[in-house]
Amino acid sequence: MFGAGGGTNSYREVEETDVILLWGSNARETHPIFFHHVLKAIHNGAKLFAIDPRRTSSARWADSWLGLDIGTDIVLANAVGREIIAAGLENREFIEHATTGFDAYRQAVEPFTLESAERETGVPAREIQAMAHAFAKADRAMICWTLGITEHHNAVDNVLSLINLALLTGHVGRYASGLNPLRGQNNVQGGGDMGALPDRLPGFQHIEVDSLREKFEVRWGRKIPAKRGWNLTQMFEAMEHGDLRTLYVIGENPVQSEADQSLTRHRLESLDCLIVQDIFLTATAQMADVVFPSAAGWCETDGTVTNSERRVQRVRKAIEPPDGARDDIAIVCELARRLGYDWVQPDSKSIWDEVRELSPMHAGMSYARLEAENGIQWPCYDDSHPGEMYLHSRLWERPIVGPPAAFHPVENETPIEKLTPEFPLRLTTGRRLDDYNTGVQSGGFSSPLRRGESLDISPEDARNLGVEEGEIVRVSSPRGAVEVSVRIDQGLRPGLTFMTPHFQDEVATNILTIDATDPKSGTAEFKAAAIRIERLGAK
Amino acid sequence: MSEQDSLWFKSPPPPHHPPEPPVRKAPEMVAITIDGAEVRIPATATILEACRSVGIDTPTLCFLENLTPVNVCRICVVELAGARTLVPACSRQIEPGMDIRTDSPRVRLARKMVIEFLASSVDLSTAPQALEYARRYGADSTRYGTSRESDTSHDRDTRLPGHHHVPEGIGAETVEQPVKVDNDLYVRDYGKCILCYKCVEACGEDAQNTFAIAVAGRGFDARISTEANVSLPDSACVYCGNCIGVCPTGALMFRSEYEMRQAGIWNESKQTSTDTICSYCGVGCTLTLHVQDNRIVKVTSPIESSVTNGHLCIKGRFGFEYVHGGLDQQADG
Repeated sequence: MFGAGGGTNSYREVEETDVILLWGSNARETHPIFFHHVLKAIHNGAKLFAIDPRRTSSARWADSWLGLDIGTDIVLANAVGREIIAAGLENREFIEHATTGFDAYRQAVEPFTLESAERETGVPAREIQAMAHAFAKADRAMICWTLGITEHHNAVDNVLSLINLALLTGHVGRYASGLNPLRGQNNVQGGGDMGALPDRLPGFQHIEVDSLREKFEVRWGRKIPAKRGWNLTQMFEAMEHGDLRTLYVIGENPVQSEADQSLTRHRLESLDCLIVQDIFLTATAQMADVVFPSAAGWCETDGTVTNSERRVQRVRKAIEPPDGARDDIAIVCELARRLGYDWVQPDSKSIWDEVRELSPMHAGMSYARLEAENGIQWPCYDDSHPGEMYLHSRLWERPIVGPPAAFHPVENETPIEKLTPEFPLRLTTGRRLDDYNTGVQSGGFSSPLRRGESLDISPEDARNLGVEEGEIVRVSSPRGAVEVSVRIDQGLRPGLTFMTPHFQDEVATNILTIDATDPKSGTAEFKAAAIRIERLGAK
Repeated sequence: MSEQDSLWFKSPPPPHHPPEPPVRKAPEMVAITIDGAEVRIPATATILEACRSVGIDTPTLCFLENLTPVNVCRICVVELAGARTLVPACSRQIEPGMDIRTDSPRVRLARKMVIEFLASSVDLSTAPQALEYARRYGADSTRYGTSRESDTSHDRDTRLPGHHHVPEGIGAETVEQPVKVDNDLYVRDYGKCILCYKCVEACGEDAQNTFAIAVAGRGFDARISTEANVSLPDSACVYCGNCIGVCPTGALMFRSEYEMRQAGIWNESKQTSTDTICSYCGVGCTLTLHVQDNRIVKVTSPIESSVTNGHLCIKGRFGFEYVHGGLDQQADG
């Protein structure tokens, strides 16, 4: 709600903050080197609160673990907001100076008392209160989150509920205070920066704003559609309705990474033409009409990526790609040539210079500076601009620069898929330390930690079901079933189970997950499916 | 205000001033004397930092910029006027008026003996820095007798406290022992260990905070050990490889490097190193790819990186195999 999507602080600031709310993130395993900065903060005396349904290896480092029920994040956030207001700990000065909509927010959170929040989230009221007070009273405080917030059908509302807390306390726009989503893939930030979003051109410039779009039209000598395109979810729905007939997939494996695998496969099969550009013959590539073998971007080509602290960093070619595999730029240019546009094949630096020409937030980032300064954080407006170490400092300038930031009151919505007598257990998904997504990359090395896929369940549920560690069980959701071995995890509370997407060839976890997506962000609710467990021997 | 004027459609204007970290008071400058020359140095500096800032190359083995000094190797010692003993430069903070000698006969002798003792008892063949110090200070480890032929079937880890046996004949006792190869990623060759503690620090509070290893035993029996001396796969180790990253002697080594060395095909003169960014999560760790014959043979991270401080996780350090076709291709050779 601040205009551009990116973490507001630098990693070095994490080490010097006083309170960290790690919300829906097991950074110890999923972002291990970010967690090194968190550990430095802890050793420097910072308090860590871990808000997560699972008592993860990150939560074990926390001063307090708030083990909430899946899908009750907004209840918890609103209760924290209410408690801060009730205790008179809101930052009045900042609210009046830099925000709008506070009164509506106060009214919206009024019903979220500590007692009702305890009832709905399962977190003891005193723990909610302690976190609210610590966060509000801290000189510096940060909220850091990952997919525990965003892989829900109401993902955007979840994020807004956290932003409201930062606005309420003034913990944004200052050194070591802010809001930091940790990016899950090495260039998911950079992809967004470069306009790989349905409504954005490079530099987060909105495609529906005429003056912004026309700048690109002039530079490129072509008209650009004036309306936003589809997000990922809408694209898959358009396949269903026959509105999308050709799909060009670059470096994704949707057959295994999308929720509800059977449905995804059916939709891809219905296409007239599926093109896949990848370094592997993935499950998706195996379905393709045409496969373009590409080079591995991070070590076989030159270019840039952007990390979770908005740092644009150079990637460099260290090895030659295998025979037949080509740089993504070469493939796209060759495709353009076959379509009748003979672009002179540019190198990565000249493409980057074009980005700098068109995107004001990247204008000052020459390759020479990126080399010399080990990357630069956007926005960086000109050659002498240092880049912004933390965002939104304008909110603290007097008078305020630009419009104030708005509170967005949000109501809680429980997960789409309710627990029923037929499917009484909650399944949530996530990553483990040594593996990654659908395993096409991490499966390439031999990890001594790797134990293969398992259904992790609480000791209580294991006892109730009469299942033992290592036993193979059938796990069913309304969409399908898989067989998988059981692992008992003390960090899970009764009723909660956990799987990863890492070993899809052996255990197709995403057969179970639900394709219920957030209409605002297009993210699927990987974090909340309903399942039942059956013993194989008992049939 | 129309919808298109909202922040969702138009970025807000930049702040008048780019955001900056809080101003920290610059440390006061103090005058000290190094090798007869008076210099002015920030009061927070150590003697080592002071020496480096005036271009004096002070040897270090257990010191690394991203670890807390532990003062165990004593190779960095300098002579401080008025002090009874030599002082470790790596950890001693400067004070006004200090008069420091970095190359006096006493300093040179101490440094020479440090490296001689190490060379007489430890295999330094993969420790280029230590070998260079040995040359610089004229170390001659044979002064203590030739290193005795050790029985390599003897694992020092099984030695019980106090159960020394008196060596037979003349010769320097060594720490030689069997190489530990108990997993696919690391090799631990503690016959090359100088007990600098760097791996313990990197595994502990200075970086990874996993605490899988510590120093066990005392005196000459002291060695790096997992809890209860279990194998690495049975320990708390999470295979970040940060211990390998800081090891100055090659005692800890990628298994791939170890096997290439065994096969006689490890050739650093043919290797290039290129900095790039890790392909996994969105933290954006700088990786230095060491490449030989178009294959990545080792991954490190620069200590100057503000993202990593030189440290990585298991995926960043070992997860590159897929670009070479992964495990299947490896199995084919």
